Amino acid sequence: MEQKNELVVCSGLTKVYGSLTALDHLDLTLERGRFVGLLGPNGSGKTTAIKLLNGLIQPTEGTVQIDGEVPGVHTHNAVSYLPDRAYLNDWMKVCDLLDFFSDFYADFDKVKANDMLAALEISPLARLKTLSKGTKEKVQLILTMSRRAQLYLLDEPIGGVDPAARDYILNTILSNYSENASVLLSTHLIADIERVLDEVVFLKNGVMTLHESVDMIREEHGKSVDMLFREVFAC
Amino acid sequence: MQWQLRGDRPIYQQLMEQLTEQIVSGQLGAGDKVPPVRELAAEAGVNPNTMQRALADLEREGLMYTNRTSGRYVTEDREMIAKIREQIASDRITEFLAGMSQLGFSEQEIVALLEKRRGEVLLHGTEE
Repeated sequence: MEQKNELVVCSGLTKVYGSLTALDHLDLTLERGRFVGLLGPNGSGKTTAIKLLNGLIQPTEGTVQIDGEVPGVHTHNAVSYLPDRAYLNDWMKVCDLLDFFSDFYADFDKVKANDMLAALEISPLARLKTLSKGTKEKVQLILTMSRRAQLYLLDEPIGGVDPAARDYILNTILSNYSENASVLLSTHLIADIERVLDEVVFLKNGVMTLHESVDMIREEHGKSVDMLFREVFAC
Repeated sequence: MQWQLRGDRPIYQQLMEQLTEQIVSGQLGAGDKVPPVRELAAEAGVNPNTMQRALADLEREGLMYTNRTSGRYVTEDREMIAKIREQIASDRITEFLAGMSQLGFSEQEIVALLEKRRGEVLLHGTEE
């Protein structure tokens, strides 16, 4: 089967919660092999967009397709998702979680997961609840990145992680996504990640205000994405 | 290799400059094999697509070439490397002179300062 170059296609994607329009007619196409930052202030619709891509919530209006299909059984195989909160049972040991994931996902690479645990000095025998917040986040991220997915949806993956481990994690993400996979990552920590991004999407009150490559932004504005963000979203 | 990336300019341009510097300084010698894109990208902490773009642009400028079966190499054209090296030196001198004139030094004063520095270097070596 030939793969299309477009991995994600959203058209007119809208989500309304009562009187609040969390996402307003998002038209967005993401190609394969790209590392995309989803940036916006609190409450701008980042998590809503990610949940729609994931099929966790249904759009009020508009459509989303991943690898040519609406979110469903096939896309659950294609998408590896890191939620913005802890969702794992914390009585489990790290090694149990690895078993759990390899039972659940055919594309889970346990060797890779163990390598990453070792590099970050996390004991596989530790119980999740004995780990610090940041270490728990690292474990979740390792589980997410150890799948050979086509699309990685990472909702605030580095917020609670210390700067030294942040670099390691970014490099891990970079070296782990294959050429026909893409990463969509939401964060506020723009300065830390912009050197690894291909392109960025700015969301403001549910509306996409910018979708541009990082180097184009630097070329056109003569400033970093972080500086541009601060300007665009100044309070 | 130390990679230093600043915020205000396109990353691929900065990568190109730093790779060019490696070539003219001989760290990457004429005819040497260039490390794989992913390896260089990981070392610089940048996206492989960005590193790929920098390398492709250096190829377009003729500083590198790709052998279809065995990978990417630095050009064998030593004359071209020498020319680029001189160009970089001349750019740096222009920049230095502009900075000095902004501080109010005349050309004679600058030359005098350089002469003085050379005397000190001859006496004490290059260490500050």
